[in-house]
Amino acid sequence: MLQLTGVTYRYAGYAKPVLHDVDLRLEDGEIVGLVGPNEAGKSTLCLVASGLAPASIGGDLKGSLTLDGTPAAGLRTHELAARVVVGFQNPNTQRSGIAATVFEEIALGPMNLGLPVAETVARTHEAIARLRLEPLVEHDPQRLSGGQAQLVGIASLLAMRPRHVILDEPTAQLDPAGTRLVGEALRALAEAGTSLLIAEHKTDLLDGLCGRVVVIDGGRIVMDGPTATVFDDPRLHELGVEPPARARLARALVDRGLERSMVTAALAQGLGA
Amino acid sequence: MAPPAPSAYHRLNPLTKAVAATVESLGAFVIGGYLGPLAIIGLAILPAAVLAGVAGRLVRISALLTLPIAISVVLVSVFTRAGATVLFAIGPFDATLEGVDFAGQTLVRLFAISTSIGLFGLTTEPRSFVLDLERRSLSPRFAFVALATLEAVPAMVERSSVIASAQRARGLDTEGSVRARLRGLLPLVGPVILSSLTEVEERSLALEVRAFGRPGRRQLLWRLPDSRLQLIARLLMLAALLAAIAMRVAGTFPRLP
Repeated sequence: MLQLTGVTYRYAGYAKPVLHDVDLRLEDGEIVGLVGPNEAGKSTLCLVASGLAPASIGGDLKGSLTLDGTPAAGLRTHELAARVVVGFQNPNTQRSGIAATVFEEIALGPMNLGLPVAETVARTHEAIARLRLEPLVEHDPQRLSGGQAQLVGIASLLAMRPRHVILDEPTAQLDPAGTRLVGEALRALAEAGTSLLIAEHKTDLLDGLCGRVVVIDGGRIVMDGPTATVFDDPRLHELGVEPPARARLARALVDRGLERSMVTAALAQGLGA
Repeated sequence: MAPPAPSAYHRLNPLTKAVAATVESLGAFVIGGYLGPLAIIGLAILPAAVLAGVAGRLVRISALLTLPIAISVVLVSVFTRAGATVLFAIGPFDATLEGVDFAGQTLVRLFAISTSIGLFGLTTEPRSFVLDLERRSLSPRFAFVALATLEAVPAMVERSSVIASAQRARGLDTEGSVRARLRGLLPLVGPVILSSLTEVEERSLALEVRAFGRPGRRQLLWRLPDSRLQLIARLLMLAALLAAIAMRVAGTFPRLP
């Protein structure tokens, strides 16, 4: 379980906090979506939930982050890395810059953990298979397209086999097929007990993936609830978040006089099919 | 996991090739004269280069690398070194036989150094060398810095190209006269440096996430081939170099032509 309690965070050198009194709890195996307008504090929340803020980037944190009951404040960054990982939206900065092949790039994390070679290789192969990266294993990581680099970045995190995964716009550069692939990999990860927090603008991805969605605005959590409830909430549009296609269709049908329960049931049946 | 190397010399352990290059370079200076450096070139470096299939490239590259220094060495040595035998004079400067001799000895030494280092460079992948050193207890952080520096150069070139294209699309003139090119340079340098700097923090965070800060050794995926024979060869080369240095210091090293 990953838990943020009463978290207020201010970047070093800034007068005002970016996050205000945030409470967030991720159960094991739970996938939570994080949405909000630009500058709402999504990326900062990702940094704080991963322990990198303030451990690596400094700043002032009030409140606490606990990982499986252990306060993150007492952990060093490499100890945090074995429990929680975070992926950033720019795949170019995810690359180590020292690996000659995609295989070595993905293997870097387990190698750093000091795992035996056999274990490192096994984890690397598993992460490669999850994101179907077999054709790229011998490629130079610096010569990948944006989408390929993003998949390699996510595979590099999966190879760490963390208990908690935080992803900041993991599919920003992916096409629909790549986005689906990432969705499947993350679902499998959650089924294995990993908790995931995914900050994403692609609400369609979150709609099919998450059991719960959190909306952040101005550094405060303004909505937190089951995915369908949050995405069907009319306030979402006012907050600058585009609801998923399913929610928009449902709203359009209800606005034209159809019964909401009937629409919900029909759409659920349709999506299920 | 290591890719196959094209020749037996390429396949030698990088440390063996590095020791050979070091011993050959220093040996050329310690032995001195013409015969020593020429023997090192003719009996050690060139046969290895032929075996590796890089002899032609090695000679060309070494000649090019040596040329600028060679010109200044010849000019300074020939015309400024005092000597009894004046060959000819240009204005106030006398070209002496002793100066020519000194320049010749310096040139063969320089050529021995450039060919020995060049052979190492042409037959060794820098990444393999650094990782082999890491396996031999080099700090992983030092290995990272060395590898990241090697990778940074092509990355910066690529970034510059992307930014240049973007600036050209906005009307920046980067072609034409030297003056026009210089004028176009400034709007490129700023974004290249700034974008590199802004990526540094996120890149370091991404490394932290992957446990780069963990103390202790990491398990490397592959081991470069090495052998007892190569170990003995390295020790013998180093012993020979140390012996030559000791004899030179003691003044017992035979004076070679």
